[in-house]
Amino acid sequence: MKRSIAGLPLWAALAALSACATMPAPTPSSGPLESATAVAKDQPSYPGLDPASDRDPFPSSYRALPGGTIALVGATVLTGTGSQILSGTVILENGKISAVGKDLPLPPGALVIDARGKYVTPGIIDAHSHLGVYATPEVWANSDGNEATDPNTAQVWAEHSVWPQDPGFVRALEGGITTLEILPGSANLFGGRSVVLKTLPGRTVQDMKFPGAPYGVKMACGENPKRVYGGKGRSPSTRMGNVYGYRKSWIDAQDYRRRWDEYHKKLADFKAGKGDKAPDAPKRDLQLDTLMGVLDGSILVQNHCYRADEMAQMIAISHEFGFHISMFHHGSEAYKIADILKKEDICTATWGEWWGFKMESFDGIEENAALLQKAGACVVIHSDDAILTQHLPQEAAIALAAGRRLGINIDEAEAIKWVTANPAKAIGVLDRTGTLEPGKMADLVLWSADPFSVYALAEQVYIDGGLAYDRHDPAHQPLSDFELGQAGPAHPGDQP
Amino acid sequence: MIIRSCMAAALLLFMAPVAADTIAITHGTIVSLGKAGTLKDGMVLIKDGRIAAVGKDLAIPSGARIIDAGGHIVTPGLFASDSNLGATEVEGESSSDDAAGATDSLSAAFDVSLAINPASMLIPVARMGGVTSAVVTPSLTGRGAKKGDRLFAGQAAVIDLSGDAQSITLRHAALTVDVGSDAASHLGGSHASVLQLLEADLDEAASYGANRAGYEHGTHRPYHQSKEDLEALLPVLQGKEPLLVGVHRVADIRRVIDLGNRLGLKLILDGVEEGWMMAREIAAAGIPVLVDPQYDLPAQFDQLNARLENAAILAAAGVTVAIAPPYSGDYARQVRYNAGYAVAHGMKWEAGIAAITSTPAQIFGVGTRVGRLEPGLVADLVVWSGDPLEMLSLPEHVLIKGVEQTLTSRAQALARRYEIQDPQQPPAYRQ
Repeated sequence: MKRSIAGLPLWAALAALSACATMPAPTPSSGPLESATAVAKDQPSYPGLDPASDRDPFPSSYRALPGGTIALVGATVLTGTGSQILSGTVILENGKISAVGKDLPLPPGALVIDARGKYVTPGIIDAHSHLGVYATPEVWANSDGNEATDPNTAQVWAEHSVWPQDPGFVRALEGGITTLEILPGSANLFGGRSVVLKTLPGRTVQDMKFPGAPYGVKMACGENPKRVYGGKGRSPSTRMGNVYGYRKSWIDAQDYRRRWDEYHKKLADFKAGKGDKAPDAPKRDLQLDTLMGVLDGSILVQNHCYRADEMAQMIAISHEFGFHISMFHHGSEAYKIADILKKEDICTATWGEWWGFKMESFDGIEENAALLQKAGACVVIHSDDAILTQHLPQEAAIALAAGRRLGINIDEAEAIKWVTANPAKAIGVLDRTGTLEPGKMADLVLWSADPFSVYALAEQVYIDGGLAYDRHDPAHQPLSDFELGQAGPAHPGDQP
Repeated sequence: MIIRSCMAAALLLFMAPVAADTIAITHGTIVSLGKAGTLKDGMVLIKDGRIAAVGKDLAIPSGARIIDAGGHIVTPGLFASDSNLGATEVEGESSSDDAAGATDSLSAAFDVSLAINPASMLIPVARMGGVTSAVVTPSLTGRGAKKGDRLFAGQAAVIDLSGDAQSITLRHAALTVDVGSDAASHLGGSHASVLQLLEADLDEAASYGANRAGYEHGTHRPYHQSKEDLEALLPVLQGKEPLLVGVHRVADIRRVIDLGNRLGLKLILDGVEEGWMMAREIAAAGIPVLVDPQYDLPAQFDQLNARLENAAILAAAGVTVAIAPPYSGDYARQVRYNAGYAVAHGMKWEAGIAAITSTPAQIFGVGTRVGRLEPGLVADLVVWSGDPLEMLSLPEHVLIKGVEQTLTSRAQALARRYEIQDPQQPPAYRQ
């Protein structure tokens, strides 16, 4: 595997390539980076022709800020695992959480933060963001979120549209967000790949990429695709046209997968001395690569879908073609099929109170999250908005209050999962972040007050143990290039 | 048992609120925003739909219905200022959107109050959030909007959220115009064109007002505006009706203030994302502002310095600050959270409450009718389970015109219908 194959005869090169191609697909939790790096050292003669040869062509160059040993002492800690610890201690070491509990011994040399009267939660995760792809200022030049030229653009990747200087990234960080899933828009049936970013500002999008996070693919139900393409006089112009579009694409993807599997099998046979001619490789197709990734379980389906009946149809399609939908986004009517979503292990990302802006959201209710929670389904509160992302725990509080009004009493220790552990699960990073547990990335927020209070402000935000934001220390208040040198101070807390 | 209670709740939905009678709110923390100030263990007496008294240890009239607030906060009903509530049902469906109705011959005169639907399904939802009034402002940019080069979106109206036939509190509450980037893009392409057209239209109306007889006899200079539009501008020119101006950056705010001074206009500045940079100037000009405190991003080039402290800084400088919810009527109930965010970023709590009650009432011309808890005013009030600005607090009692409202909505009915997961009974049978 380590030897160079340059200059070898074609059959030998192909044989070497097959070794790469038949490597097991990295699972979302096993870090595709390592396997990709191993492959990269084994350059084929014609690099890039086999989708399995390099699954991470735009690798993360994320580097955490230096962070020492830090102990936050005395806060009410919402762990994201369903626990609340009064007067708790959270200890960060080497970028990871090393201990969470009460009356913990402090490591020697630890920087002790007095957090009495304050709250600590895991870093907030927004599983539905268009920061960077629909950046501010909202001008034509920054409008890169919808490749609305074809109903299936599974071949485009959101990260190639992300402008790292979007001022919204910094605002999100100031609101306690540490991880974002950036999605393409919902104009298309398949909008393209999503990317998971950390909110630590970087020069390039690779600098912000969450190391090892799996990709997602954005799918969209309902009004948007039929409006966009119907308006262009082409399919889909109806919901039945939408479903045809999904199924046709999955047939193409399954066929593509079959062709690659057969090729890799024949190649292995050839390598084993069977046959006298190396097989011809199928032509690589970036659109089908993404869909094949879903079928082999390495890419997560993130499905914009408001109506319960349409969600049920999407579930049927997933059964027909053998894949799993990770999460329905927006999900205004998810409460109508909470039992089905629980059974299918599909999360719902929704709002506290957004509703009614179009017909498919007209049955959106504030009690949606609480009803899902009551049924045992996975609940996520998301933003889809550069302003709302700054107030995600408060949006969860709206849903919490509505549940209580209906008699569904969910405590805050549970509800904080809606913006931490549950989105982490749905975007495939729960094994690394989303809760305050030893060994996890030290992504957390120190709040001035109960995070479900309208008055709560993120005082400090740690990402991988580094102090990414401090409300009281300008040295820890980043500013995007775009906002640098403008007339007004954009720093919060900085009164003129 | 559960099903029965659901049916009861659904029945309530279709029942008219009980008629106005004599009501005593007792043991409340009364945030009156009026002469009574804030009273611990205070009372509000309501008679014939109006507030009869606010104070401590008042004599309760015999036969009065008593609402024991149990120490909880009582505030005036909230205002959703700058909203399409009642004019728009579903924004995405133009056939249900009446907020954008200006035409070439009906711009300043376009009167959105004639489209208000008191039976809108959005109104009970807003009411459940403690909203009892709305300032309904027409728009030029809704999905229902016709393409064109109209300057004025039209006449705003103040409505109450009783849902009854007398919901329109005030027509012609303000004339709505925008001089920001959106307007500039469809009116000549420059912020300059918008301001010049505004001044030209007002000048034309002044000419018309001085020569109405000439208009009838055809002896007047050519006017490009219709008679209805010219008529609609006269109260604005006379300083009787406010001009609600959407304006964002410092330079434009200065130009609008200057225009207002020269023509003697009564202005309300809407948006003013960069207002904090010139807060003292706005205060000195005595012009009230209407802000959405959540807007902290440089969404357009004319609001590059938007920030969360805008409302707080303006208020601290002495500017009269009203706080608006997002424009969509779906989100009218967010208005109290917006006030909460302003308080989180430095505004005084009482000022935050005033910014969503007494202040919008006053600047939109209904301040002697609603917005405070004071004898003689209409009894629009809310008893809260906690701090009204907190998401985790909810209205316990909402009174509009002295009538306690049933706190239910179509959304509530949906929640109750689907709360039950019974495979034996399709939800459609649960009403």
